[in-house]
Amino acid sequence: MNNFSYSRATSVQNAVQRASTDKNAMFIAGGTNLVDRLKVFLDEPSQLIDVSRLEMKQLEPLASGGLRIGSLVTNTALADAPEVRRNYPMLARAILSGASQQIRNVATVGGNILQRTRCPYYYDTAFPCNKREPDSGCPALTGINRTHALLGASDQCVAVHPSDMCVALAALDAVVEVTGPKGKRQIPFGDFHRLPGNTPERDTNLEPEELITAILLPPLPFAKSGVYLKLRDRASYAFALISVAAAVDLAEEQIKDVRLAIGGVAHKPWRSQEAEQFLIGKAANAATFEEAAKIALQSAKPLAHNRFKVELAKRAIKRSLMLSAAGGVV
Amino acid sequence: MEVTQSTVSGAVAVTLNVNGKKRSLAIEPRVTLLDTLREHLGLTGSKKGCDHGQCGACTVLVDGQRVYSCLALAVMQEGKEIVTIEGLAKDDVLHPVQAAFIDNDGLQCGYCTPGQICATVALLDEVKQGSSSAITPNLEHPPQLAELSEAEIKERLSGNLCRCSAYNGIVAAVQQLVGQTPPSAAADVMVKEMPA
Repeated sequence: MNNFSYSRATSVQNAVQRASTDKNAMFIAGGTNLVDRLKVFLDEPSQLIDVSRLEMKQLEPLASGGLRIGSLVTNTALADAPEVRRNYPMLARAILSGASQQIRNVATVGGNILQRTRCPYYYDTAFPCNKREPDSGCPALTGINRTHALLGASDQCVAVHPSDMCVALAALDAVVEVTGPKGKRQIPFGDFHRLPGNTPERDTNLEPEELITAILLPPLPFAKSGVYLKLRDRASYAFALISVAAAVDLAEEQIKDVRLAIGGVAHKPWRSQEAEQFLIGKAANAATFEEAAKIALQSAKPLAHNRFKVELAKRAIKRSLMLSAAGGVV
Repeated sequence: MEVTQSTVSGAVAVTLNVNGKKRSLAIEPRVTLLDTLREHLGLTGSKKGCDHGQCGACTVLVDGQRVYSCLALAVMQEGKEIVTIEGLAKDDVLHPVQAAFIDNDGLQCGYCTPGQICATVALLDEVKQGSSSAITPNLEHPPQLAELSEAEIKERLSGNLCRCSAYNGIVAAVQQLVGQTPPSAAADVMVKEMPA
């Protein structure tokens, strides 16, 4: 990797101020994605601003009954937190199903949502890639694309978002709190990540000088029966081919409310609101859930090698909804 | 060991606490903890397998938690307590995890072993502290050491690969450490079954 200068930020304001005077500066916290990227020259910052020692490591209850997660809370700390295990088990399970203990011990919540795609063509600088070098082309469109996107892709980019945690955060209506030169703002999770369109080089709507300070989770009582189902090429330590975060709220046998998000299918964690709308008021049974899964995948545009993921996703959605409706035991 | 101060341009002064000793050195900010241990501190026990956080051979303990030293910048580790495979044995007495790996043939070529052993040291501590894994049936009731299933051991060590595939011996070593009776090593069974 190229060399860079290094400094430790003394406060959030200090970090933002330093970043705003150097457009080639980057923040570093856990570094589990960034250091890897530096090694293959995907990022070539002039300086790294170490934010890992800032006071953003707290998990605090919100007055609303939700949870405020400091952006430096590690994946391990979040998954082990009693209130997450109890109230948001799909989040704990999503985190635990991702990476390995070594990575989770270091990786932070803020860094996790900024993780970039593991598309092999993007990672290999010997190939052109519209995400790396706008207008250079997308070899995944005609290459090996079994892990690539089914939904919301463009002819510029078919990469998928790699995070498990983000799929749960999308289902839970999380809010991202950021601080920039103009002050604080909150970004609803669904608006945080972007679809590739004609600007695949931009993964998120975060501005370059902005620092993520926290993730806010609203209260969602029925998330107690939420599930996270992850399907992949090997049993552990692999990215998802398909994953599903689901929670069903039942009144008698009828669906009162539901949350459904899918991972491994798009450039962003894919919240399936059409399927959710369909489910509300219906009877909670296999036929209903199967129909919801069809709706969730109805706009899928499979590529040469990833058609199997359409059926895989449908079955995973049906199974996740069934499990949540049965109380959430995985 | 005397540490030679590097005079590389762009190098910064860094003091690391490694295996209980303060080590002062001059390194560039881009140098990983793994390269610092191996190339600057003469601690070559931690291995470089993939150098991308995929194999686990570089696993060390930082403030008691297992981390991949290949994905950590050394300059960010100041003030933290770093323990490598060289720091586990007390004088001539092996750490119990090292002894259990030997007892159970938890290795063949040995390249992944320092990482496997550091990961296992941390694993035992994590279970004692009540951490759950992705396959723990009830997140609110994580397994105690004595109830740790084979599947739990495999899941919790999935961040360490062994190309010789000594996994059976590694799992047996962990089982012995948590007070379970691991199955006999296959070679032992073969010897017993050989006609006299």
